[in-house]
Amino acid sequence: MKLHIKYFGLLTEVTKCTEEIIDFSGNTIQELLQVLITKYPELENKDFQIAQNNELVSKETLISNPEIALLPPFSGG
Amino acid sequence: MNRYNRHIILSDIGQEGQQKLLQAKVLVVGAGGLGCPALQYLVAGGIGTIGITDFDIVEESNLQRQILFGTSSLGMNKAFAAKNRLEDLNPTITINAYPEKLTAKNVLELFNEYDIIVDGTDNFSTRYLINDAAIITNKPVVYGAIYKFEGQVSVFNYQNGPSYRCLFPNPPKEGSIANCSEVGVLGVLPGIIGTMQANEVIKIILGFKDVLSGKLFCYNAKTNQTSTLKINKNDSEFEKVLNQKTNLKEFHENISCYALIPEISVEKLLNKDNVMFIDVRELHEQPEINIPICVQIPLGELEENIHQINSDNTNILVCQTGIRSKKAVEILQKHNFSNCYSLIGGVSELIQQLKIKI
Repeated sequence: MKLHIKYFGLLTEVTKCTEEIIDFSGNTIQELLQVLITKYPELENKDFQIAQNNELVSKETLISNPEIALLPPFSGG
Repeated sequence: MNRYNRHIILSDIGQEGQQKLLQAKVLVVGAGGLGCPALQYLVAGGIGTIGITDFDIVEESNLQRQILFGTSSLGMNKAFAAKNRLEDLNPTITINAYPEKLTAKNVLELFNEYDIIVDGTDNFSTRYLINDAAIITNKPVVYGAIYKFEGQVSVFNYQNGPSYRCLFPNPPKEGSIANCSEVGVLGVLPGIIGTMQANEVIKIILGFKDVLSGKLFCYNAKTNQTSTLKINKNDSEFEKVLNQKTNLKEFHENISCYALIPEISVEKLLNKDNVMFIDVRELHEQPEINIPICVQIPLGELEENIHQINSDNTNILVCQTGIRSKKAVEILQKHNFSNCYSLIGGVSELIQQLKIKI
């Protein structure tokens, strides 16, 4: 499946892009994370949550929709 | 009520809605980039009682985005400076200034006095403290946060909705995510996000249906992209907090922002060799420290003047009360200075203890 992945905040400094298409053959969010960490090793040390189809999901969730977002917390005010 | 005429003639607000605004009590935590614009619209719109808590001082580098303040506010406490300006904007409401840091000790008492809490802070430790205290006191939190060109807005703990911990269960490692003073921020961005927070506050008071509860609104000022992400409630995150209800102070000790900054008292200072004081206040701030072993470098200019500081000395960072000097130690640590301390109690303590002529 081709996944459309969006990156927010400081994650865009790791990936050097705000969104990209990734070819993915696994099943879960956790498996997708492994693929992304292999591509961007620095992601392993970052805090972030994952959304699928604009809903925040856990790592065990099965991927059923191509719209994925990686969202770190912001502290600024 | 002529002041609020443009609200009252809206059929969705009317006299009745304006009366609800006038009876509401809103606490704004942090009068910075987010708090300033939120305060301006809340005060102008006639929220009857507004609390402002901020321990920090207005610095020149704030004026690029915190446009509630002017040059005449420099060096003043932000809560007091905000109150001064806002009382001119609307003298008919009550504005309470709390020039202190929100802590596990004072948070519950303060939250109990208000109906809605606005989170305009700039660090994770206070954000988690606000979340936990709001759960304990059962108050909704209107949340805003920014990073460079991006902002987030949500409403937490509202009508059985999710909390901040349902979104991000635990604080990230301190220092792993920078704030505006470290990485910069587009000045307009907090204006937009803080104004959206004011809007959510007013919608909650008026009982409007579509509040950002259970939703995280994300905005990118550079690309104009917006996303609204659904957040689900996680009851165990509420239980985690409620179980610590009587133990809030200990629960929060581990997420203190300045835990690792070395501090020193004036007494202990006397045992140190090669002491050099660095006064990081703005140049006009009083009283002056008139001793030869002191250089003046305002906090905002510290990084560019770091070559003036000798790392072989014991460098003692001094400000008015001992808060900015902690930030200064952080900056020196980043540049690999090891022998540096923030002076506890700041300049007044120093002058009192050493009886320096002023």
